[in-house]
Amino acid sequence: MQDINIKITDRNGVTHDVVAPTDMAMNLMEVVRSYELAEEGTIGICGGAAMCASCQCYIESDHQLPEMSDDEDAMLAEAFDVEDNSRLGCQIQMTPEINGLEVVLAPES
Amino acid sequence: MITTDILIIGAGPTGLFTIFEAGLLKLKCHLIDALPQPGGQCSEIYPKKPIYDIPAYPEILAGDLTDKLLEQTKQFEPGFTLGERAETIDKQDDGTFIVTTNKGTKHHAKIVAIAGGLGSFEPRKPKIENLEKFEDNGVEYIIKEPELYRDKKVVISGGGDSALDWAIFLSDVASEVTLIHRRNEFRGALDSVEKAQELKNLGKINIITPAEVKGILGTDKVTGVAVEKKGEDAFIIDTDHFIPLFGLSPKLGPIGNWGLEIEKNAIKVNNALDYQTNIPGVYAIGDVNTYPGKLKLILCGFHEATLMCQSAYKRIFPDKKYVMKYTTVGGVEGFDGTKKEAPKAVVKAIQ
Repeated sequence: MQDINIKITDRNGVTHDVVAPTDMAMNLMEVVRSYELAEEGTIGICGGAAMCASCQCYIESDHQLPEMSDDEDAMLAEAFDVEDNSRLGCQIQMTPEINGLEVVLAPES
Repeated sequence: MITTDILIIGAGPTGLFTIFEAGLLKLKCHLIDALPQPGGQCSEIYPKKPIYDIPAYPEILAGDLTDKLLEQTKQFEPGFTLGERAETIDKQDDGTFIVTTNKGTKHHAKIVAIAGGLGSFEPRKPKIENLEKFEDNGVEYIIKEPELYRDKKVVISGGGDSALDWAIFLSDVASEVTLIHRRNEFRGALDSVEKAQELKNLGKINIITPAEVKGILGTDKVTGVAVEKKGEDAFIIDTDHFIPLFGLSPKLGPIGNWGLEIEKNAIKVNNALDYQTNIPGVYAIGDVNTYPGKLKLILCGFHEATLMCQSAYKRIFPDKKYVMKYTTVGGVEGFDGTKKEAPKAVVKAIQ
């Protein structure tokens, strides 16, 4: 088992240092929900299927993330407040490679 | 007026299974759903996605699950009001309810079961000041009557299939069609992207990318939109209609104004007893409800539907005693008189 550290800036601009497990098949959206960093009902609305963009976040560090799937790309094409560094939190799995990742939650859509 | 015992709002898996459980108790169901077909998210959004946690199915496609649920409920002859959204609820003096849809269809029921899942899927609206002021006055999120745009100027915003398809379709109807997308790439079917390119080359569609509509001009009706294109000064496009097509997003919708106790965008229920809301006779089951320890799983929705139907029966027939029977023992008797039952043949007589 290996825990990793992630910096998540919530929608109020507060940065949280959180520890996330890599052996529970969790994704970033689920980590945000576990730590209650966004109001319930405003993140992960579709359950993590890349169908709502409520978990959109901006990647602030230069970690190498898995390539975007067609589903994620299509969702971000229709979402709002999208920047070049936008990703869907539900598509980012907690793995040792992303230790130290820094993200900012996109505004509620 | 449609009359029924249980009015179910939402025709997703939980709503559909409620028909079966109610049917075992001889209670009739009618369902309302904003989508044009039953199945909820399973059939609308991910019919081809496999689900792995339905008991006895190691793997089943969401669309197949919907089909099987419908097959299971057939004998109980449910009624459907599809493509309409439950808008208002009025409690009657006798404790029954009248639920009216956005199209004015009225339903009279002894019990209302909200099985609305994530809510109704509504058009995703861009964050533009005064957008709502122009709704139906030049701003439309869904194209219902293409003839409305005959010889008019139209600006469509979005980069998916619907934005491309409607831009292509309206190029033969409207006097001017402009398609605006935040990215240079379009995420539509290849055929549609190529057709849009061809129409652009012929001068039948204006395509502006990467750009976004940031404002709407007009007093009562839309007269133009303000556009920001990357690397350029903002500019105005004169138009009669602005059609933002950014897909659908789940919202609790009008149910949120029914006086129900809402917590974290979900309806609070009494899970220790029967999933009833703060309005007696109105239940909430499946993903739409919340209680301590709630899990948003189809499996949990089925369980909640089962307990809710038992409670509904007691509410409708307070003086009748109901004895729960296993379907293996009592069989399943449809409203049409059909009966499914295990054979009980005597295999050996006692001497």
